[in-house]
Amino acid sequence: MTASYIAAIDQGTTSSRCILFGADGRIVAVEQQEHAQIFPQPGWVEHDAAEIWTRVQAVVRGALEKAGLTREDIRAVGITNQRETTVLWDRHTGEPVHHAIVWQDTRTEALCRELGRNVGQDRFRRETGLPLASYFAGPKIRWLLDNVEGLRERAEAGDILFGTMDTWVIWNLTGGVDGGRHVTDVTNASRTLLMNLHTLEWDERIAESIGVPMAVLPEIRSSAEVYGEAVGVLAGVPVAAALGDQQAALFGQTCFDVGEAKSTYGTGTFLLLNTGERIVNSYHGLLTTVGYRIGDRPPVYALEGSIAVTGSLVQWLRDQLGIISTAAEIETLAGTVEDNGGAYFVPAFSGLFAPYWRSDARGVITGLTRYVTKGHLARAVLEATAWQTREVVDAMQKDSGVTLTALKVDGGMTSNNLLMQNIADVLDVPVERPYVAETTALGAAYAAGLAVGFWDGLDTLRANWHRAAEWTPRMDDATREREHRNWLKAVERTMGWIEQDDEQPQL
Amino acid sequence: MSGAIQSLSRAAAILRLLAGGERRLGLSEVATGLGLAKGTAHGILRTLQQEGFVEQDPDSGKYQLGAELLRLGQSYLDVHELRARALVWADDLARAAGETVYLGVLHQRGVLVVHHVFRPDDSRQVLEVGSMQPLHATALGKVLLAYDPVARGELGDGPWEAFTPRTVTEPAALDAQCALVRERGWADAVEETWEGVASVAALIQDRRRNPVGAVCVSGPVETVCEGGAVRPSLVASVRTAARAISRDLGAHRF
Repeated sequence: MTASYIAAIDQGTTSSRCILFGADGRIVAVEQQEHAQIFPQPGWVEHDAAEIWTRVQAVVRGALEKAGLTREDIRAVGITNQRETTVLWDRHTGEPVHHAIVWQDTRTEALCRELGRNVGQDRFRRETGLPLASYFAGPKIRWLLDNVEGLRERAEAGDILFGTMDTWVIWNLTGGVDGGRHVTDVTNASRTLLMNLHTLEWDERIAESIGVPMAVLPEIRSSAEVYGEAVGVLAGVPVAAALGDQQAALFGQTCFDVGEAKSTYGTGTFLLLNTGERIVNSYHGLLTTVGYRIGDRPPVYALEGSIAVTGSLVQWLRDQLGIISTAAEIETLAGTVEDNGGAYFVPAFSGLFAPYWRSDARGVITGLTRYVTKGHLARAVLEATAWQTREVVDAMQKDSGVTLTALKVDGGMTSNNLLMQNIADVLDVPVERPYVAETTALGAAYAAGLAVGFWDGLDTLRANWHRAAEWTPRMDDATREREHRNWLKAVERTMGWIEQDDEQPQL
Repeated sequence: MSGAIQSLSRAAAILRLLAGGERRLGLSEVATGLGLAKGTAHGILRTLQQEGFVEQDPDSGKYQLGAELLRLGQSYLDVHELRARALVWADDLARAAGETVYLGVLHQRGVLVVHHVFRPDDSRQVLEVGSMQPLHATALGKVLLAYDPVARGELGDGPWEAFTPRTVTEPAALDAQCALVRERGWADAVEETWEGVASVAALIQDRRRNPVGAVCVSGPVETVCEGGAVRPSLVASVRTAARAISRDLGAHRF
């Protein structure tokens, strides 16, 4: 009997899921379990890594049961994960030495400023592609070593292992204390501030500057190769892929060519552009990251831009203003009017991000007249997501010289028809939504399937991608330019609201 | 207020009283609150209770608002909510059927297309969300006519426009088809709107079994039909999808 399914483990920020895929990329079964969010103090967010491992095992078992399959039916398993979340554990007992510090956790902000020394937050950007910011794993490791009693000594003695969630899951999946593989993939390693993008190896000099002993670091491997064989529920199944969630979505959307981009619309939005074998330095506040690497083929790099407030702006309208009762109603409300009535909404709730990076900015609604209704505001809310997408795309084009020809979208907000049309209108390129909303898990499954020869190449995967909907630009140039100018004027009005950066409360 | 019916005005006042403040009131509290005789208040409360607008707590005997009011308030389903809930199922249906999928709701004597999933062959297709289809000549429309009395009422008495020689234009024939739809649980339209196009549809319901819309698969007669009738496997896929969407609507607040 031949194994004809691929399993993907999606270890996310709020839940862990296991999704089983067939050869045509269709979902056979999904199982999901949430884990606890731990908030020890304002700005701190932790997960219990031991709980996460328990959940992961349970969802794998659950998915197999739902589909009526056994481990023998599974050809390979791939992992995708919340990025940057950091756990340290004892290699002899397998016990985490502290809760995992989650990517959103801001406790290392002061440390990052200190690490910038006289250079500032771009001190390691040339090597790592990243600014010194609290999201990334390296400073989180340092914080744990500084704050958990006796940990640094144990780490230097080689008793402690570090991992992002991919590493933690793979180590446990392949045996844990009994020979578990201590590995990570290039995409996850590219979010630590410790990996050199050019060599794809740990940068000893930076590790030393940040204060991370090399002994804790896993081996960096490609995103698609057999790391080892699973034990337990999936005993004998090759563990064959790992990709950070956004990179997995890029892969699942089959953005394999230079200039192909995907945008995932959720609470926030993450846009990744494939820049091929070129490492593109960003001068417009984007991140340079590894997109994926298949086995020993050359790595594929990407530019990443994130928008902090997109879906969460709709939630804000629902929960804080109460002018809609479900997120989907925003479209109904926006549909009551023809246009924005002259109103613009820039949701710079905690400052402006790419490409402006102004922490002194705060949100504005501007252009208000007596004429403006809540319908117009709903339009302005949707347009805000579209224009912010445009700004990230413009920055990407400037940095890379690559012209975007289409945008592939996924995520919950793709059910908003008006928003998708709006994005097509302001970008002036078609917006395409594929079948299978689960592009993240699909990406991990694709990588694992490639590694074991379940799929024979990228072209087969591309042939699996089908357009479920396409929105083509309908806005005329003059309108687009006028609206863009107005948007930029609105953005200008957000700046300088906070008078002294230092007076902001530090979380 | 000229022409106001006194007992209805009093019933409305009682509902407002129960909706505010205490939320659970005894008979004498209601009566004194509105300056009514106890007997009058009791009569109105009992009628409201029979209609489900008011419930009486069996232990304390106090009155509160009933579930029926909640149902009336929530029976309106936002079409964008419908699309968001149906997204996964509609994708899956299009992939399984290899054909176009539409979701439609009743709107101004026609079917408003609220969701459209492309046929999975990557050919050039145009999103038809927001377009209208005729009630009497499409599978979506016939499902709505069969299950939603409002739809049938809006359509009127005909005869209706013939788009093809196969379009049903007479009320008697259409009503007979609707009876069959109710019996089988699905509707078809073979070359009734466009030559060469066939579709099959099933009903989407909310948790109270209100008809809220319909989902259909549509494609060339050559692939949708077999020996002049819609392929049974497609019928099964459409009905499964309709049930899954309905379940998703019922599992939450609707």
